Amino acid sequence: MNVINPRLAPGRPPAATQGLVDVDIHPRPRSLHVFDPWLSAEMRHRLHSYGLRARHGFVKGPPYFKAQPLASRRDAWTPEGGTPASDPAFTAAQHLDHYGVDIGVLNPLQPSGQGDMNNPFSAAMAHAVNEWQLAEWVARDGRLRASVVVPYEDAEASAAEIRKRAGDSRFCQVLVMSRTSHPLGNPKYWPIFEAAEEAGLPVGVHAFGYSGWPMTNGGWPSFYIEEVSEHATSCQSLVNSLVIEGVFERFRRLKVVLIECGFGWLPSVAWRLDKLWPTLKDEIPHIRRAPSEQLREQLWVSTQPIEEPPRPEQLLDCMGWIGWDRILYASDYPHWDFDDPRTAIPAFIPEAHRAAIYGGNARRLYGF
Amino acid sequence: MSLHPALPPGTVDVDLHPMVPGLDALAPFLPDFWRDQIAQRGLDGFETQSFPPGAPKTVRADWRPADGTKPASTPELLRAQVLEPWGVARGILTPLYGVQLVFNEDMAAAFTTALNDWTRAAFLDHDPRLAASIILPMFNPEHAVEEIERLAPDPRFVQAMVLVMGETPLGRRHNWPVFKALVRHGLPLAIHAGSAFRNPTTSLGWPSWYAEDYAANQQGFQSTLASLITEGVFVKFPELRVVLLESGVSWLPAFLWRLSKTWKGVRFEVPWLERSPIETVRENVRLSLTPFDAPDDGATVGRLLDHLGSDEMLLWSSDWPHWQFDGPPRLPAGVDAALARKICVDNPLACYARLGQEVTP
Amino acid sequence: MRHVVGPVAEIPPGSRRLVEAGGKRVVVFNLDGAFFALNDRCPHQGGPLHKGPVMGLVESACPGEYRYDRRGEIVRCPWHAWEFDIRTGRSRFDPRRVKTRSFPACIEKGADLQAETFPVRVEEDYVVVEL
Ligand code: FES
Repeated sequence: MNVINPRLAPGRPPAATQGLVDVDIHPRPRSLHVFDPWLSAEMRHRLHSYGLRARHGFVKGPPYFKAQPLASRRDAWTPEGGTPASDPAFTAAQHLDHYGVDIGVLNPLQPSGQGDMNNPFSAAMAHAVNEWQLAEWVARDGRLRASVVVPYEDAEASAAEIRKRAGDSRFCQVLVMSRTSHPLGNPKYWPIFEAAEEAGLPVGVHAFGYSGWPMTNGGWPSFYIEEVSEHATSCQSLVNSLVIEGVFERFRRLKVVLIECGFGWLPSVAWRLDKLWPTLKDEIPHIRRAPSEQLREQLWVSTQPIEEPPRPEQLLDCMGWIGWDRILYASDYPHWDFDDPRTAIPAFIPEAHRAAIYGGNARRLYGF
Repeated sequence: MSLHPALPPGTVDVDLHPMVPGLDALAPFLPDFWRDQIAQRGLDGFETQSFPPGAPKTVRADWRPADGTKPASTPELLRAQVLEPWGVARGILTPLYGVQLVFNEDMAAAFTTALNDWTRAAFLDHDPRLAASIILPMFNPEHAVEEIERLAPDPRFVQAMVLVMGETPLGRRHNWPVFKALVRHGLPLAIHAGSAFRNPTTSLGWPSWYAEDYAANQQGFQSTLASLITEGVFVKFPELRVVLLESGVSWLPAFLWRLSKTWKGVRFEVPWLERSPIETVRENVRLSLTPFDAPDDGATVGRLLDHLGSDEMLLWSSDWPHWQFDGPPRLPAGVDAALARKICVDNPLACYARLGQEVTP
Repeated sequence: MRHVVGPVAEIPPGSRRLVEAGGKRVVVFNLDGAFFALNDRCPHQGGPLHKGPVMGLVESACPGEYRYDRRGEIVRCPWHAWEFDIRTGRSRFDPRRVKTRSFPACIEKGADLQAETFPVRVEEDYVVVEL
């Protein structure tokens, strides 16, 4: 493991004595043309004439309109007017340097071709996005680590992309979106887990994407505020699926990290699965460990968006139920629901736990 | 032993599921046309995937009659399995026969009406301790309103019921005439676990296992509550009481933390919401206690009750004949006798004004 | 402590200026010629309010109805978008308990300020905050 010398920065949380690791930073292309060097002529044509085809109706932008443009902090546009997190130097100045982040995990979201309706295009884009992360970001700032972006609706192509990156320490995890076209535990996706386990890479599941199905199991909601809430339910469904399909039983060394999924709901989901298990054992005999035990051993969560219960001890309860060694600090920079490491991780959390959340847990998980 | 207090005298069971023996049982309550359709089209019963009748989860093993009688299909079974042995004073019946799944709205309305009439004739008329839900044909809100108007004069119908996973999120404005009718008659809206199968049971598509389907109710309740709150149903109908049945309980606090947090930033999208969702839910929403998805230790349950922030929201239920527990019912560890009385007696009586009225069958 | 923000002409209606004085960061807004000063630090996580967009106040008597007025008088935090009333510093979602501090701001004649040895021009009006 590298030894991290905590940096001195104006905004660095003093409790980050085991380093400050941010597991959720979203680099954004300046323009779609940044991917051109790594795309075939055919795929370049497709990208620039048909564009990305997510499983929803709008050519540009999301179907539930965000609370802020590009879902970003208003102060994250570069002084030249460049889009948020499109410029490594400005990102370093505004975020990494400002807070003294030692290691930042890049999680590229759209526009990236993840979950595209066209599998070969999704695969071509995933390759390009991965090369772009290395060339534009990791090569320029040693604090950054890339995620292996995969065309997750095509698990075999995803596994191939993972195997290509295995052993390259510039990549620290495999990245999939939470809203897949089937619940994530479905055997359709198992080649991804197999390749990730083989490569020793955790699988980061970032909230988002479009499954193509209604955003609730009772139909399409009306508002963005509901969509935000429904990210939690989608993530709950994928956790149910991972457990009930037996993914954690089959892939015992698999590590799953929930990023920007919230975490307040996790204890209840685990308890519910534990309660169900005895009365449904006849249907799912392949589940041999209690669901809560599987989750305790193989699942991690990140802090952002930090839960804000009415009283401090309620947050402590919740984090304790999940496990203090399973919680990772995430900023979500440059998005509007960004969490400032100094103020989002409240001081009423005992200092040793804060140190683990800021850095210790992520360093153990990712081997930084 | 005080760790698990017994049911206090006067206990109300708010979630009982009589099972329809078959479409023949509904036939006497159908107009001739629809009655004949049963044979003409070979209709084979409306049991739903949400509660497969053969699954152990759907009927507790010792509640399957040895003589082949359909489980939970008669008041005698209910008396012998719940009311007498546990000393339950009042019970509210909610049949889960899948009339909500029928796509033809006229047919759905006809069979829903027949179902409600069956519940009345087969159960309510045989035991004065029993009350029932008006099952609503929500596919067409006008039909739902008609059914409320038809049955509201009978005080033994104490609430109306919809499934948690419907066709569109429940709070949408096209459903508001239903809420208006409920408020007019002082009837709570019960939302029960189960899907009308208009949408996949997860937002990620169809799952492989029944266990996932059952687990998915927990997400459905969050989405439905989010819809009711954000669409402003409780702003428009502040008197409306909503009762979540077979919903689980422990998911509620964290769900509200998240919704309230988001609301602070995107209030401008739903400007009719003047108050934090946490406050609204405490006033307008009640939950049945079973299944209680929490560990069996008093300390954790105590913390959960603190997160819930109100001792007036929980209503006791057995969920008969679903298999949620073995043996006699026990309240969660950590619930003391005073809280037990609230959950089993005071809260349901406060929620269901009609239970307090004189019943003359 | 009094702090001279600048000449009135440099902060036209609808604009804002960030000032740092006495260890505080304060953002001064001009609403149609009236000046209001708020602590720049959002009471939530400390987002810089001077980077926040402004909008009107939307209220609703009933779902589906939108009453929109006071355009330009509500600043939304650039981070998590909490709304603050520029005139009072009070948040919209909980005006009683959640607010960013507001400071008195006013216009003074250069001639009057001159006595306090601020570098001002007599003929101009200045925005002054009381910190
Ligand atoms: S920091 Fe201003 S709303 Fe969060």
